[in-house]
Amino acid sequence: MAIIVVEVMLKPEILDPQGQAVASALPRLGFTFANSVRQGKRFEIEVAGDPTAEQIAEVEKAAHTLLSNPVIENFVVKVEK
Amino acid sequence: MALDTVKHAEENPNTTQPYKELGLKDDEYESIKKILGRRPTSSELAMYSVMWSEHCSYKSSKIHLKQFGDKAVKSEALLVGIGENAGVVDVGQGYAVTFKIESHNHPSYIEPYQGAATGVGGIVRDILTMGARPIAVMDPLRFGDPENPDTRRVLPGIVSGIGGYGNCLGLPNIGGEIVFDDSYQGNPLVNALCIGVMKHSDIKLATAHGAGNLVVLFGAKTGGDGIGGVSVLASETFSESKPTKRPAVQVGDPFAEKVLIECSLEIFKEDLVVGIQDLGGAGLSCATSELASAGSGGMDIRLETVPLRDPSLSPEEILMSESQERMCAIVEPAKLKRFMQICKKWDVTATVIGEVTTGTRLNITFNGELIVDVPPRTVAHDGPVYNRPISKPKYLDSLKPVSVPLPATPDEIKAAVLKLMAAPNIADKSWVTNQYDRYVQGNTVLSQPEDSGVIRIDTATNLGVAISTDANARWSYLNPYEGAKLALLESCRNIATNGAKPLAVTNCLNFGSPEDPEVMWQFSETVRGLADACLELGLPVTGGNVSFYNQTGTVAILPTPVIGVLGVVQDVTKRTPMGIKPNQVIYVIGNVDDNFSGSEWAYIHGKQIGDHSPVANLDMEERLVKLLLEGQPIFEAAHDISNGGFAASISEMVMRTNVGATINLEGKVAAELLAETPGRVIVAINEASTNEIVALAGKYQIPVRCVGTTGGNYLTINGAAISIDELRDANTGVFEALFG
Amino acid sequence: MRIGVVTFPGSLDDRSALRAIELAGGVAVPLFHGTNDLKEVQAVILPGGFSYGDYLRCGAISRFSPIMESIILAAEHGFPVLGICNGFQILCESHLLPGALTRNADLHFICADQKVSIESTNTPWTRGYTKGQEIVIPIKNGEGSFQCSDETLKELEDEGRVVLRYVGKNPNGSRNLIAGISNKRGNVVGVMPHPEQAIENLTGPSEDGLMFFSSILKEMVSK
Repeated sequence: MAIIVVEVMLKPEILDPQGQAVASALPRLGFTFANSVRQGKRFEIEVAGDPTAEQIAEVEKAAHTLLSNPVIENFVVKVEK
Repeated sequence: MALDTVKHAEENPNTTQPYKELGLKDDEYESIKKILGRRPTSSELAMYSVMWSEHCSYKSSKIHLKQFGDKAVKSEALLVGIGENAGVVDVGQGYAVTFKIESHNHPSYIEPYQGAATGVGGIVRDILTMGARPIAVMDPLRFGDPENPDTRRVLPGIVSGIGGYGNCLGLPNIGGEIVFDDSYQGNPLVNALCIGVMKHSDIKLATAHGAGNLVVLFGAKTGGDGIGGVSVLASETFSESKPTKRPAVQVGDPFAEKVLIECSLEIFKEDLVVGIQDLGGAGLSCATSELASAGSGGMDIRLETVPLRDPSLSPEEILMSESQERMCAIVEPAKLKRFMQICKKWDVTATVIGEVTTGTRLNITFNGELIVDVPPRTVAHDGPVYNRPISKPKYLDSLKPVSVPLPATPDEIKAAVLKLMAAPNIADKSWVTNQYDRYVQGNTVLSQPEDSGVIRIDTATNLGVAISTDANARWSYLNPYEGAKLALLESCRNIATNGAKPLAVTNCLNFGSPEDPEVMWQFSETVRGLADACLELGLPVTGGNVSFYNQTGTVAILPTPVIGVLGVVQDVTKRTPMGIKPNQVIYVIGNVDDNFSGSEWAYIHGKQIGDHSPVANLDMEERLVKLLLEGQPIFEAAHDISNGGFAASISEMVMRTNVGATINLEGKVAAELLAETPGRVIVAINEASTNEIVALAGKYQIPVRCVGTTGGNYLTINGAAISIDELRDANTGVFEALFG
Repeated sequence: MRIGVVTFPGSLDDRSALRAIELAGGVAVPLFHGTNDLKEVQAVILPGGFSYGDYLRCGAISRFSPIMESIILAAEHGFPVLGICNGFQILCESHLLPGALTRNADLHFICADQKVSIESTNTPWTRGYTKGQEIVIPIKNGEGSFQCSDETLKELEDEGRVVLRYVGKNPNGSRNLIAGISNKRGNVVGVMPHPEQAIENLTGPSEDGLMFFSSILKEMVSK
C-alpha cells in the first residue's frame, strides 16, 4: 500500500486572497516569520502495493483533468509510503 | 471492553456508572433505575442523559410553557400546534405555512462558523420534516461589546456560517437582527428561524404507527459529530478555567442537506411515509424514542445497520452522535422499493434500521445483543419536571433613572442624530446582510432592512406571508412581564406596517441559568406575559425553543425572549415598503412620552438602562394594527419606530431611497426625536389622502400628526440640516471598520 | 420555442430561470444532469447554485455530467448556451469558455444590486439590448472573480467577446471588471450576475434581466 500525493497550487500570477488573509493574520498573532503565504490543496490517494510508472502517469492525467484546473493551477505528483 | 447489554446490566447491578459526567443528577439516576427496574445499560444511560438534558427535555421550563396551551385561544388557522417539530397555520387558498425559531447559542461560541451553520441546518430540517418546502430563513443575532477582540472572533464566523449554509441550500435570508450588549460577551445568541410552505394535504407528523412498518434512516452517514453536545454543552454554563469542549461541535454539509431536501420532497409527493422525524439534538436516541413514543409505542432497532462514517464508534456513541443531515422515516413495506429508488436518484444513503412492533418498548440490539430496552415515553416525553425556585431579583431595587442630554438647538439635534446613527446597534448592517442571498427562489418581496420579510407564495394570486422577529432585552430586564408583551407587539406592528395581518407566534427564549432563582423569575414572568398577550390578541403560539444556561460564571445575559410573528399578505404587490419619494407628506401615528429607559440614546451615554419599561397597551396596539392594514392603500411608505426612536426611523426612510425630508417636531423635542415609546409608526402619504388618514385616526382612536414633507437632499429636523451624504457617512462603514 | 434549464444536484436558480423563460413567452423545459437527453430544446441555460456543493472547485464535477456531453457537442455546432453564475463556472471548467472564476478578492460572499454594462450585443442572449446600455441585476456569489492569462484577456477584449462589464467599484477582483464573456462564435455566453432574478420589479431590483430571455426567443423565431 502506498500513498500518491497530488499537491495543487494556484499559478503564481493568480490572485490568492485566502493566502493573503492568512499572511495578514499571522503577525496579528505574533508570528513574524512569513514574507508571504500561498494556499493550496493536497490530495492523498491510497493505492494497493507499490505504484507503477503507468499508475503514476494515470494519476497525472487525473490531476490534469479533474484534480486541478490547468487554467489557473499547477500540480505536483509524488509518492509517499 | 465487553458490550454492556441488558443481560449484563441485570447481572451486574452495582457497576459504577459515569452518570454525573454525562450530566445527570443523583435523583435522576435513581428515577431511571426505578423506571427500568434495574440499572441502565451504558447505551440506555447515554440515551437518558441526552434526552433528559435541559436542552432536550425542557425540564426547567415545561411547567411554565404549559401556559401557552392553557391560555391558548381556539384558532381555526392553527393546523398543528405545540408539540410537533414546528407549528403549521392555514394561510388561505389551500396553503399551509410552517415556521419555527431555534437557538444554537453554545456551539456558536465554541466554533462560530459550524455552530451557526448547523443551527441553520437544524431548523431547516425541522421545517422539512413537517412536509414543507423551506422557503426562507431569518437570523436574530446578539453579541457582546463590538470593540472586544472576542466579538471579532465570533461575529464574522457566525455570519459566514449562516451565509455559507443558507446560501448553499438556496434559502433567501430575509431579515433578522444584530444587537450588541456586554451581557452577551461570553454568550452570543444565534437564533435561527425558518419558514416552509405546503398544501394542507402535505402535512407530515412524527409518529410511528403500524406494526411491521419499517424504520428507515436516510441522509448523511453517522460519525462522531457532537458526541454529548446536547447535554454537555447546552445544559452547562461556561467556566473561564475549564478547557473548551471542542470535540462536541457538529460539522455541517449544506450540499448533503440540499440533496436531502429535494429527495424528501419527492418522497412526500408520492406519499411514501407514515411518519417522519429529523435527527437533531440527541440524534438517533431522540428520533427513535420520539417516533415510538408518539406512535403505538413499540419499535425494534438494529444499531449495527446504521451506516457509519467512522467504524470505530461504540454503540453509545452511535446513539448520541449528532451528525447532521439525517432523517428517520416510517415506511410501509410495500412502499419501501419506491422510497429507495428516489433516494438512489438523489444519491442519498438510505438504510432500513428497524421496524415498528406490536409491543410497547423501544428495543435496540447491536449484533443481536439487546442493549436498550426502555419505555419510549419515559425517554422522550416523561423526563423530569422541575419546579425551580423563583425569586424577584435584587437588582430591581437599585435601578437608576436615565440621565441623558436632551438636544434642542439645531446643532445639538444634528450632532445627536449623527451620533445615534453611528452607534453599532443602529448602524447600517449591510456588511452582514450582503453575505446572505436574499434573491434565490425569486419570491422575496421585502427583506432587510425593511420592517419584516415578505415572501410571495403564489405567483398567480400574489398571496404571501410576512415574518418579523423582535426582542427588547433591556425592557425585559426592567420588567420581564411587560418586556415579553412589548416584543410581541413590536413584531406584530412590524408585519402590519408592511401590510400583513398577524396570524401566529413562535418564540426563542434565551435566558441565564435556571438554577438561579432570579433568572427563573425573569423566565416565568416572560412566559406569563407572552401567554397573556397571545390570549388577549387571539394569536396561537405554535412552538418555539428555550435556551437556558446562557451565562458565564454568575453573569447572566439580559433576559432575551425573541418573538417571531407570522402574518398573511393577501396581495404582496400592495405591500408598503419604507423608502420615501419626493412630494409626500410625513405623519407620525401614535404619541410619544419621555421615558428613555431601555433606549439606544440612553445606552450610548454610559450604557444606561434606566429604571422602568413601558407598559404594553394591547388594546391600542390592536387598533393600530387595524389602522395600518386599512390604511394600506393610502400609505406610500411606512416604517415602525423602535430602536433609536423617530430619528433612526426617519433617517432609514431617507437613506433607503435617497430622498430627503423636512421635519418639524413640537412639544418635548428630545423625546419626540429619540425616545422609543412603543406603538408608533411613521407613514408617508400623498397630500390628497389627508382626509383619509384623519378619518382613520378618528375611527381607531389613535392620534396622527403631520410632521413634515419629503424631497431634496437633506434630512432637516427643526432647522438642523443633515445632508444625506453626511447621514450615510455616519451610518455605513461602521461594521466594515469593526469586522471587515 | 423550447429552452432547457439543467438541474444539477445543488442547482438553486433553476426554477427562477424556468420562470424567466415563461415570462418572456417561451416554453421552459427542465433537463436533468443524469441523462444526455436535451429533449429537443433549441437553447440551454446552466443556472446558478452550488452544484455538487462547489466540491473540489465550483463546477468541476458538474462538467462531467452526461447532460454536459450533449451540451458540449451541440455548442460546438452553434447551439446557444447561457451559463449563469455557477453555470458560467461550469462552462469555464468544460473549456467551452476560457479563463476561470476564483474566490472573491475580499473572501466574502456578496449579494448586491449590481450595475453592469452590456458590452456586446453580438450574442443571441444580448441582441435585444443596446451596446453600452447599463442595467441593474443581482450578483450573489463567493467565487466570482474572473481570471485568465494576459493573452486570453487581450483576445477577449480585441475580439469584442466581453459581454458584460461591472460598472463602478469592482465587486470581486475580476480582471478588467469582466462580468460575462462569450466564445469565439458567440453562441456560448457565461455571466456572473443573475438576469433571471431581475425579471419583475416586485421581487428584483429591476426588470432589466428579462431581455436575456426575450433576446434568445426573438432569435429563435427569426430563424
